[in-house]
Amino acid sequence: MRHILILIVLSCLPLSGQSQEIRAFHADRIIPISGAEIPDGVLVIRGKKIEAIGSLSTVQLPQGVKLERVRGMIMPGLVDTHSHIGGGSGGDGSNPIQPDCKIWETLNAKDAGLRKALAGGLTTVNVMPGSGHLMSGQTVYIKLRRAKTVEGLVIKDKTGWVMGGMKMANGTNSIRSAPFPGTRAKSAALVRAKYIQAQEYVAKIQAAGNDKSKLPPRDLGLEGLAEVLSGKRIVHHHTHRADDILTVLRLAKEFRFRVVLHHVSEGWKVAEEIAAAKVPCSIIVLDSPGGKLEAVDLRSETGGILEKAGVPTAFHTDDGITDSRLFLRSAAFAVRSGMSRKAALEGLTLTAAKMIDLDHRLGSLEPGKDADFIILSGEPLSVYTKVKQTWVEGKLVFDLANPKDHLFAVGGYGASEDQKMHTHCGWAGSPDHAKDGGQK
Amino acid sequence: MKHHTVLIGLLLAALLPSLEAQVAVKADFIHVVSGPPIKNGLILMDKGKIRAIGRQDQIKIPKGYRVLTAKIVTPGLIDAHSTVGLAGIYNRNQDQEQHEKSAPIQPELRALDAYNPREALVTWLREHGVTTINTGHAPKAVVPGQTMLIKTLSIPTEQAMIRKTGTILATLGNSAKGSGGKSPGTVAKQAAILRAELIKAREYLRKQRTATLEKPIARDLRLEALGGVLERKVPLLITAQRDREILTALRIAKEFDLKIILDGAAEIHLVLPQVIKAGIPVVLHPPMVRANGDLKNVSFETAAKLEKAGVPFCFQSGYEGYVPKTRVVLFEAAIAAAHGLNPTDALKALTLDAAKILGIEGRVGSIAVGKDADLALFDGDPFEYTSHVMAVIINGKIVSTQVR
Repeated sequence: MRHILILIVLSCLPLSGQSQEIRAFHADRIIPISGAEIPDGVLVIRGKKIEAIGSLSTVQLPQGVKLERVRGMIMPGLVDTHSHIGGGSGGDGSNPIQPDCKIWETLNAKDAGLRKALAGGLTTVNVMPGSGHLMSGQTVYIKLRRAKTVEGLVIKDKTGWVMGGMKMANGTNSIRSAPFPGTRAKSAALVRAKYIQAQEYVAKIQAAGNDKSKLPPRDLGLEGLAEVLSGKRIVHHHTHRADDILTVLRLAKEFRFRVVLHHVSEGWKVAEEIAAAKVPCSIIVLDSPGGKLEAVDLRSETGGILEKAGVPTAFHTDDGITDSRLFLRSAAFAVRSGMSRKAALEGLTLTAAKMIDLDHRLGSLEPGKDADFIILSGEPLSVYTKVKQTWVEGKLVFDLANPKDHLFAVGGYGASEDQKMHTHCGWAGSPDHAKDGGQK
Repeated sequence: MKHHTVLIGLLLAALLPSLEAQVAVKADFIHVVSGPPIKNGLILMDKGKIRAIGRQDQIKIPKGYRVLTAKIVTPGLIDAHSTVGLAGIYNRNQDQEQHEKSAPIQPELRALDAYNPREALVTWLREHGVTTINTGHAPKAVVPGQTMLIKTLSIPTEQAMIRKTGTILATLGNSAKGSGGKSPGTVAKQAAILRAELIKAREYLRKQRTATLEKPIARDLRLEALGGVLERKVPLLITAQRDREILTALRIAKEFDLKIILDGAAEIHLVLPQVIKAGIPVVLHPPMVRANGDLKNVSFETAAKLEKAGVPFCFQSGYEGYVPKTRVVLFEAAIAAAHGLNPTDALKALTLDAAKILGIEGRVGSIAVGKDADLALFDGDPFEYTSHVMAVIINGKIVSTQVR
C-alpha cells in the first residue's frame, strides 16, 4: 500500500514542474478581442498565463518550443455573467432579503452542468442564486477548472477574498406571500430600508475606529452589504420591465452601489436612460417572447439597440433557461437582430469580464492575462461551428475528440449524471490546485 | 439584408392597389424538397395554389403579378407538435388552455374549441416561416385531448384549418402523472388505464356496429374519439421519452393494432432496433429541449441517427411551461443540421416528411404544382444563425414581411 502511495506521489511530481511549461499554438485565425483579428496567429502560453500573441511572422518563439498547429480559430474563453450551473442555492423562504447566504459553499463541483459549460466554450461563470428574492445572496465567480471541490473553482482576489457579486431581483419573481413583498413599491421600500441599515452599520464601524469596544455586533448580512456599499461587491440585478429597470437605476443612484442589469427584456424601451446612468447590461436571448408577463415585450433587437445607445452589453445563459453549450448562439442571434459582430463577440468575453471585475485577468488574449481560450472549428457565430477545445489557465479541460467530453457536448446516455471522481494527476483539480483555489 | 427589406417594401408599395393580385417569387435557389433545388427559379401562385415552377428563363411572369425576390425559398415549415394557440404568451391561468386537469383520459377535448388564432405566438411562428402546425393539448395527461392541423393564419379557426382532428394525444411518463397524489401515480397505472379505455372503445365500436335505428346506442364522445384511433382513422401521437415508455407505447400499438406516431422519444437512441422493427414514425423532441427529468439523456445527434437508420421523423416545438413559451422548429432543425444531419435532410424533415407523417402531403410539404402555395423566403442558409426569414406566404398570400 505504502509503495503504491509513493508511486502516485512520484508520478505526480512532474506536474509542478510543468506549471511554467511553455506551449505555442499556430491557428488559422486568432480573435484576441483586444485588437484586430490575426490570420495565421500564434498564441504562446507559459504555465497559467499568456506569454505572447501575434502573427506567425512576428511572434518570437522561445528556444526549444515547438509550434503546435491548430486547425480553426482561437478566441478567449467565454464569460457567462449569469448562470445557475452547479446546483447551488442561496436564501431560503424565511426572508426576502438574505445577503448573508453564499452560493459558493453549496456548489457541486461534480455537476454535469460544469462539463457541459466547458463544451460550450465557457471558462468563467458568475454563478448566482435565484430571482425569487429581493436579495437572494452572494454570487460567485468561478473558473471551470477541473476541480474535485468548490475550492478549486472559485476565483480569489489578491487578498484571498472569494470573488462574487450580490444577487438582487425586482418585479414579479420576488413578489410572493408574506414575509415577501406583495407589490413593487413594497419591494423597493424593503430594499431601501435594508441599505439604510447597512449604511448605518458601516458608519458605526467607521466611527469605532481602532476602539473595538465600540464596534457593532457582527451581522453577516450587513457585512455582505457593506461590501456592496464600498463597491467591492457588484450588484447583479434581475430586472425585466422598463419601470423595474428604472427602479434599479434609482436605487443604485441613491445608495451608490455598482450594478449590472440582468435580462432587461424591456431594455430596448429605456436604452437612453440606461446609457445615461452608465450602467452595463447582461442580456438573455430567448427563442420566443413571453412565458411570463414581464417577458412578453422581450425583443431580439435589444442587444443592437443597447449597443447603439452606448450601453456595454454582455450575454448570459441563465442556464438552465438556455443551454451553456449553445452560448455562442446567443451572441449570433443578437447579431441576427442588429447587433454588430464586434460588440457581440466582446459581449461574450471582455465586456462580460468587466461586469465581474475580472477584465484585468480575462476576456481577451493579451500577454499577462490568464491562458483561458477556446479553439473553434470555424466562424464563432455560425451554427455549424464546434468548440473543439477549451483551455483554462493553460490546461486542456475540454476536448471534443475525447469520447467522454463528446458525450457532454452532444448529450446521450449519462450526459446529465454527476461526474465520477478521478484520481489521476492530470487534473487541474489535483490537491496542489485546490489548495490555493487555483490562484497563482 | 437591408437590401432585401427595401426591395420587398418597394414591391409591396408599388403593388398596394392590387392587394389581391397573384404572387410570383424569384429566388437564387428554390428548394422544392420533392426534387433537386432549382437554380434561378421562379414560382407562380394563383388562387392559393402553386401554378408553375421552373427556371426564370423558362417561365414568363404574367401581367399584374406581384413579385418577391429572395436568395433561398423553401416550402412553408411544419411544426409537427405544438401547443401554440392554446398555451398563450402571458402564461397566466387566463391564457393557458392546454391542460384540463379534471380527468387523466379526455380524447374528446378538441383543439379547435380552445385555439386562439390571433395569439401572439401563432404570429411569432408564422413570421419564422412556420405555416402549418399540429397543435393541441400538452403532454400532461395520459390522453390530454386532440390536436388539429391548421395554417398559422390569424383568421377564424375553421377558415385556417386543414384537419379538425390531426391526432389523438397520449402520454406515458412523469409529465402525465396526477398532481397532488392523484392517480395515475405511476407509469404502469398510465398504461393500465389507457389499455382499459381502449378496450372500452373497442366494445363501443362493436355495439355501434350492431346498433339499429330502433335500438341505438348512447353516444359517448370519449369512446367515439378513441374509436377513431382503433379504426386507424386517426393516429395516436404517443409522447414517450424514456426507453421503457417507448417500448410500452410500441407494445400497446401492437396489442390494439393502432396507427401510432412516437412523440418526443428522447431515449430512442437506446431502443432504435425495436422502433425500426415496428416501423413507427417519430415526431422528435426539439433538439434544444432541456436535458432533465425524463429527457436527461437527450442528444443533439438523435435526428442524424434516425435519418441514418431510415426512421421517418420530423420536428416539433413541443410544450414549454415557462420561457421561451414556444420553440421554433426552424431553430431546432438547425441544431440537428449542425450535429450530423445533412441540411437537405433537415429541410425535408421540416417539410415533406412532417406532412407525410401527419398525412397531409397532398396539400403541403413541398413546392409542387397544385399544392398549397405556402412558402418561406430567406436571405441565406435557412439554418444559419445569422440568416433571416424575409417573407412568408400562405395560401398564395404574403402573410409576413417582418424580417426575422
